Parts: sequence; structure tokens; C-alpha cells
Amino acid sequence: MQYTAINARSEIQRPVSNTFILMSVLAALLMNGLPWEGVWLMLRPDFVAAVLLYWCMHKPWRLGIGLSWAVGIFADVADASLFGQHALAYSVLAFGGVVLNHRLQMFDLRQQTTHVFGIMVLAYSVYAMVHWLVNGYVVWLYFLGSLTSTLLWPPLCILFQAMRQKPVERE
Amino acid sequence: MESTQSFRFFNRGPSPMVRLVFFAVLSMLLLFVDARYRYLESTRSALSIMVSPIQRVAAWPGFLWKQLGDFYITQSRQHNLIKENEELNRQHQFDAAQLQQLQALQAENQQLRNLVDLPLRTEISTQMVEVSYAERDVFRRRLLVNKGENANIRIGQVVMDDVGIVGQVTRVYPWLSEVTLITEKDHAVPIQVLRNGLRAIVFGSGDTSHLSLRYMPVSVDVQTDDILVTSGIDGIYPPGIPVAKVTKVERDPAYPFASVTCLPVAGVNNHRHLLVLSGIPGLPERPTEKPEQDNVDKRAKTKRKN
Repeated sequence: MQYTAINARSEIQRPVSNTFILMSVLAALLMNGLPWEGVWLMLRPDFVAAVLLYWCMHKPWRLGIGLSWAVGIFADVADASLFGQHALAYSVLAFGGVVLNHRLQMFDLRQQTTHVFGIMVLAYSVYAMVHWLVNGYVVWLYFLGSLTSTLLWPPLCILFQAMRQKPVERE
Repeated sequence: MESTQSFRFFNRGPSPMVRLVFFAVLSMLLLFVDARYRYLESTRSALSIMVSPIQRVAAWPGFLWKQLGDFYITQSRQHNLIKENEELNRQHQFDAAQLQQLQALQAENQQLRNLVDLPLRTEISTQMVEVSYAERDVFRRRLLVNKGENANIRIGQVVMDDVGIVGQVTRVYPWLSEVTLITEKDHAVPIQVLRNGLRAIVFGSGDTSHLSLRYMPVSVDVQTDDILVTSGIDGIYPPGIPVAKVTKVERDPAYPFASVTCLPVAGVNNHRHLLVLSGIPGLPERPTEKPEQDNVDKRAKTKRKN
């Protein structure tokens, strides 16, 4: 029940500043860059993917497929992975967000999360595909990350909604 | 989705589908070019300059954590430290004695080499580097260290710790360089068994911290606890540096090859500081084979295939 309350309040939200979007993406890149190791690295949610998906769903004309692709290129450089791997995954992710944004905005958080899981699995299967094409075998453990990324979605949503809410309440 | 498209009042550029296809094709092109030809290294290093501030900030928590650990150790375990210090002192004296022997041997070796007119083994210089962070991909064994082009690091240089080989520099950025560990899948190091001088190549097995000796006949003279050192015949690794220790030898006559498992001697996953070797003497260039002989070889190969 408390999930719907969040969505109801979203109508009186302030326009989001570009700095906020930029800072959130930078913060996500930072979180991804923390020294994760071993099992934790495998379980690490993809913060950048979650943040990009959030903006693609809520402000599809501000941060769309093109910008997601550009962020993906930076993620590729930061991870020293093959050029285009993250870029491709993030464009697929952004496409999912942009196409489903009308539908997802009507859902409550729980329904949203199930949809997000689907999109995340799609994005992670891009990594797995690239890995398969380059190395010749699929690593199924990659998909653990899509699960944790989905688990990240509700707290991220609540946090962002709260941060966007704050200035309105003060006035 | 189609109904929303027909109701478009404002022109907002191409539809999401078109954009997706465009960017997907662009990424696949990049993937292909990067995987096959490696043309994009300069672009990558330019972009890495823009990303590096974020990476530096991201490395801070780990650094602080380590500092905190050090502080705790110095505060609470002083007697341990004193003991450790004594032990290190003893080790140092022992090493110094051995080093003197080594110097005498070096002098003798130089004289002998002069006598028989062999090229001298040049001194290898080292550079200390610090590990900035490990690569994010769980299934690859790579590190990024804090020196790059600015410290004159080159692709192919060997990285070791105080005991043995750790890996090799595979990519150089302006301020960083990427080290591929010897445990990376299919990474090869030419070695010799210290006990009997047998030459072989040790491969990384990828998903674990093990190495394996491949293509060794069942009757091969390798035993557990054999030390494998670099052979130096490739011109990349300097000779005589410990690489691995044999932990298991399985000889199953049903297979043509014995399976030999080894464990790296160096703390491949442990240290924060590593040494990059430079000034390894180049080998004389490999003589090019004559084309006729090449043809013969090819014919022989095709025959074998048939």
C-alpha cells in the first residue's frame, strides 16, 4: 500500500535540473568503480544501469538512448572492457526504458520492479553474448548481477523521488 | 506504440527503434574493431584521462580502509611489530650474506663469459608500481597499476613481486597501465623445470588461481614440488625467475598427455606494490624461413590433416 503513495506524490514533482541528472550518473560511475573484489564483484549491482534506466523511464527526452550509449562508452573505458560492450547494453536498456515509460509510470513500485528485472536480464545478456562471441563460452554467473541490480531498483526509486521532492516541500 | 506515434505533435527526432538500431550497430562496429584490430587504443587513452578522476576518487575508500587497518595494527600489536622487525632484520642479514656470494659469483661469471666470448647478461632494472584497482570483470585476471606512459612503461614488460612472476603489461595508458596476470586464461609463460632443465610452457587456467602445463607426454619427468622458473628463451621474460610450483601430476595412460597442475609462486592476488622489469636484453632477430621450405611445411601440414 505504501508503494502507491510514492507514485501519487510524483505528480507534484519539480522539474529535474540537468546537474542533478549528471551528478547522479557520475555518482553511479563512482559506485561502480569502488574496489569490489571476488564474490562481491559478481554480486555488484550495476549502479549506472539502474540510474540510466530511472532517467530513461522518467525523463525519456532528457536522457535517452544516445546519451546512455555515451555513458556506456565511458563505462567501457573505466572497466577496460571491449569498446562498445557497455554501450550496447546501455542502449538496449535505455530503449527498454523509453519504450515502456508510459506503461511503467502507471505501475506501482512492485510491478515496476518486475519489468525492470526483464530489462536488466536483457542488458546482462548483451554482456554474456559479447563474452560468448569473444571467448567462446557463456558465463551464466553474469546474470547474478541482473538480480542484484533489480534489487537495487526500489531503494533507488524511493531515494530519487525523495530527492526530487524535497525542494517542493520547503516552499 | 504505433498509436502514440501517429499522435506526435512535436518533432522529436527519429523514433526509439531507429535510435536503438543506430547505436546498436555503432557499438557492434566498435566491438568488432576493438576485438579484431585494436585501432582504438589512442581514443581509449584519451577517454581514460576524462575517467581517471572518478577512478581516483573511487579508489579512496579502499585506501582509507587500509590506512585504518595500519593504524589499528600499530596501536594494538606493538610487540608483534617488534617481533616482525627482528625477524626481518635476521632475514636481511641472511640475505646480505647471500648477496655477497652472489656478487662474487657475478664477477666470476662475467670473467668466464668474457673468456668464452658470450654476450653478457645485462642488469635488469625495476620500477615500483602500485596497484590502483583490479579489473571489474570477474572472469578476467587483470590489474591496473598507477604508472603508464609517463613512467616509460611499455607493452610486454614483465611484472613481478618479491618472489616471482605476477604478470605482464598488456596495455599502456598515459597514467595507468594494465597488467594481465599469469593466471588469466590462456596466458602463456615459457618455463624450465629447475630440477632437470626441461623446457615447457605454463598456461593460466582462468577461473581459478591455478596454472597448468599442457601437452606434456605421460612419461614426462615432472614431480610434485618441482619449481618452474622462466626459461628466458622468448626474449620477454628474463631467465631464472620462479613462476610456479607443481602441486599435482596426473598420469592417465588413457590420455596422450599428463595433466600437471601448478600453483603460482608469487602472491598473484595479494600485493599492493609490484615491480615492473625493464632493460631485458633483446634476442637476435628470428631468421625468416625461406618460402620454399614454407610451402613444404604447409604441404606436410595439409597431408597430416587429411
